[in-house]
Amino acid sequence: MSEQPILSLEGLSVRLPRGADRTHALNGVSLSIASNEILCVVGESGSGKSMMANAIMRLVPGEVAIEAGRMMFDGRDLCTTDPAAMREVRGAGIAMIFQEPMTALNPLRTVGDQIAEMFRIHTDLSKAEIGERVLSLLEDVRIPSPKTAAKAYPHELSGGQRQRAMIAMALALDPKLLIADEPTTALDVTTQAQILKLIRDLQQRKKTAVLFITHDFGVVAEIADRVVVMQHGKIVEQGTADDVLNRPTHSYTKQLIAAVPPLTAPPPRPLSSDNILTITNVAKTYRTGGFLDRGARVTAAVKDASLTLPRGATLGIVGESGSGKSTLARCIVRLIDPDNGAILLDGKDWVKLKRAEIRRETRHIQMVFQDPSASLNPRRKAAELVAQGPIVHGTPRATAMTEARELFALVGLDPSAGDRFPHEFSGGQRQRIGLARALALKPDVLIADEPVSALDVSVQAQVLKLLGELRERLGLSIVFITHDLRVAAQVCDLVAVMKDGEIVEHGLVADVFSRPQHPYTQALLASVPGGAFAREHQTAV
Amino acid sequence: MRIIGLAGRRLAASIPTLFLILIGVFLLLQLAPGDTVDALMAQMGGGDAATARELRKFYGLDLSIPAQLANYLWHLVRLDLGFSSIYGKPVATVIMERLPPTILLMTASLSFAFFFGLVFGVIASRAVNKWPDTLISTLGLVFYATPSFWFGLMAIVVFSIYLQWLPAGGFEDIGEVRTGIFRVIDIARHLILPTLTLGLIFLAIYLRIMRASMLEVLNLDYVRTARAKGLDETRVVMGHVLRNALLPMVTLIGLQAGTMLGGSVVVESVFSLPGLGRLAYESVIQRDLNTLLGIVFVSALLVVVVNFVVDLLYARLDPRISAEG
Repeated sequence: MSEQPILSLEGLSVRLPRGADRTHALNGVSLSIASNEILCVVGESGSGKSMMANAIMRLVPGEVAIEAGRMMFDGRDLCTTDPAAMREVRGAGIAMIFQEPMTALNPLRTVGDQIAEMFRIHTDLSKAEIGERVLSLLEDVRIPSPKTAAKAYPHELSGGQRQRAMIAMALALDPKLLIADEPTTALDVTTQAQILKLIRDLQQRKKTAVLFITHDFGVVAEIADRVVVMQHGKIVEQGTADDVLNRPTHSYTKQLIAAVPPLTAPPPRPLSSDNILTITNVAKTYRTGGFLDRGARVTAAVKDASLTLPRGATLGIVGESGSGKSTLARCIVRLIDPDNGAILLDGKDWVKLKRAEIRRETRHIQMVFQDPSASLNPRRKAAELVAQGPIVHGTPRATAMTEARELFALVGLDPSAGDRFPHEFSGGQRQRIGLARALALKPDVLIADEPVSALDVSVQAQVLKLLGELRERLGLSIVFITHDLRVAAQVCDLVAVMKDGEIVEHGLVADVFSRPQHPYTQALLASVPGGAFAREHQTAV
Repeated sequence: MRIIGLAGRRLAASIPTLFLILIGVFLLLQLAPGDTVDALMAQMGGGDAATARELRKFYGLDLSIPAQLANYLWHLVRLDLGFSSIYGKPVATVIMERLPPTILLMTASLSFAFFFGLVFGVIASRAVNKWPDTLISTLGLVFYATPSFWFGLMAIVVFSIYLQWLPAGGFEDIGEVRTGIFRVIDIARHLILPTLTLGLIFLAIYLRIMRASMLEVLNLDYVRTARAKGLDETRVVMGHVLRNALLPMVTLIGLQAGTMLGGSVVVESVFSLPGLGRLAYESVIQRDLNTLLGIVFVSALLVVVVNFVVDLLYARLDPRISAEG
């Protein structure tokens, strides 16, 4: 890999507008990428890694300015290239793929048309030639039936297919450098594994240099040749993947790697024989569209699910998007009414309760949601949000507010922070508020729907640790829904794997993860990025 | 094809609404004192109670209110809008005479507002917070805040009386008989001021929506993708932003068709255009219930048709619609 660098950044600094949380998004960043290598840039949100990608493309918003440094690409400094020449570079010289395949394609134009646009603006090929090139590109990225895919609109493709189309588009003109900004973060784990392999294969075949931005050390272990670790807009460590992953030198890198949950389960805890929650044959079917039952689309979101949760245990429900795990969670708390089945909580069948009874009983079972910023009312103060539940259930306001402040201390927040609004907290702190809110009613069972998916790894580790402590201290029983097997391995005693609405396998975490029986579980475990790395390294949690 | 079925179903669903509106209007007008016969007698210069009774019997106004309503609806089912006692003609004929100016005025104003709203919206969003944006947004606010009758009157003062460029009112020049292209030009000249007057408020609305919608779309991920492909700004806007930004505008047309009909009452009165709006106003004054109900029916029909067309247009613009059903 000692080839001539394709792109080298020399002391690049990018200034943020006044009023931002820091003055510089990037501060004296220097790195270089050679052809035929994959350089992973790792960092948590706000580390400036995406800003770097946009700066290289010169696609930073108007108020953000490239202040100093050089970006040498193909013998010229991109910092001083004029806009017209820069447009020549974009797409043809440096191409980019983005995180959200859902929103990165224009919903109103066909996939083929959007790929063809690359050729239309950068080449003089005829319409027929462009058509052929588009088809061969779609074949290259192994989209099933490329002809149909070319004529399809983005919404007609799955997330993985859309990301394949994006890759096809980015590689259309054989760029020297491909910038991939978290290209697999929004994808399911099996799809992620496929896309990573595809990027790897295409990169090796075409000898492209790839700048791969990610927050996930698993992905780094899977794909990187060299690694750059960023924190607060500065590079804290760089080196070969092997060195950085196995012999990290900077404390921040060590901390990040330690925060990655390993795939091996901790030794099992003794489980109570008393089941607090028993779910038998719960099913939920969605019907959409259709007029007088004609043309209705029926989706069986949950089919015949049966599970038990021992008192004080944590039951993980894992599965990919669309597997019905969230629907099942919502059925358990009766946010959705299941079609049939029984949900026994402490001997009471929740399915048979009436709306008003549910409202009374709901304090026994509470939910923590995925997105901590979207699930808290932005116009109410944090303490009020936490106290709201008890007040509704009849606690006097003053008492509820005092208890709310105690809860803040319990979840590791400053009790005086209760007077602030949700947007004044960080993501991890907001999730702590979400926990405090759920705990305010002193529930027996907590349903946590992807509680850490939106958080950075280090914050994720803290929240998981907190959840474990609370479980011990308050004797909580938890249903923990996640798509991340590594997280499930860390916090759960029991795990159930869901696929297409069915529970395909369940049992003790250690058993399921070390000796998976069902082929789908095996596939899921094999897809965990950096599997070997995740299994081997020891966590500090 | 699925989309036509969908729109057709929406069309069918609007029929009960139509009947509810008619019944509502019918009952509301019963609350107002006086009826057609009172208005007729007043026009004739008065008469005795016997004549009034005769007339009421002749027009079926002596029946109970539910009976009158049932009578009316029964006629309506057979597409008979009844007879206007004031005009002495079938209501359908009266409305058909008055419909063309209104439809012309509406189409012209809508096209004017839509086109210029779009253009100015795009210009404003491309120069956001710079002087063209400030100028356009301020003008938009002025247009939006000014009552249309005042605009109409001022336009007459300036363009018809002071400058004498355009006629002050009417649908065409009644002094001369013109045919063919000359008649078209003449009508167009008469319609310029009313179109501007009615269109300016809608222009202001469209302009603001278009600006906001453009700004929103410009921040979306696929616009960044388009830029990362190396497209220049013009192609980014034309190829990726415009059509997406148009969607809320198209929805708005459907929503505002009704408002525009309402606005045409004022504008037609100011410019003495023989249109549907003025007919409605006159019918209320003269307690001409049949004509009024006929107008309500036709206006509602017009709004339904506009929405039907908008639905089709929307489906044409947005491929996601037909899939989601």
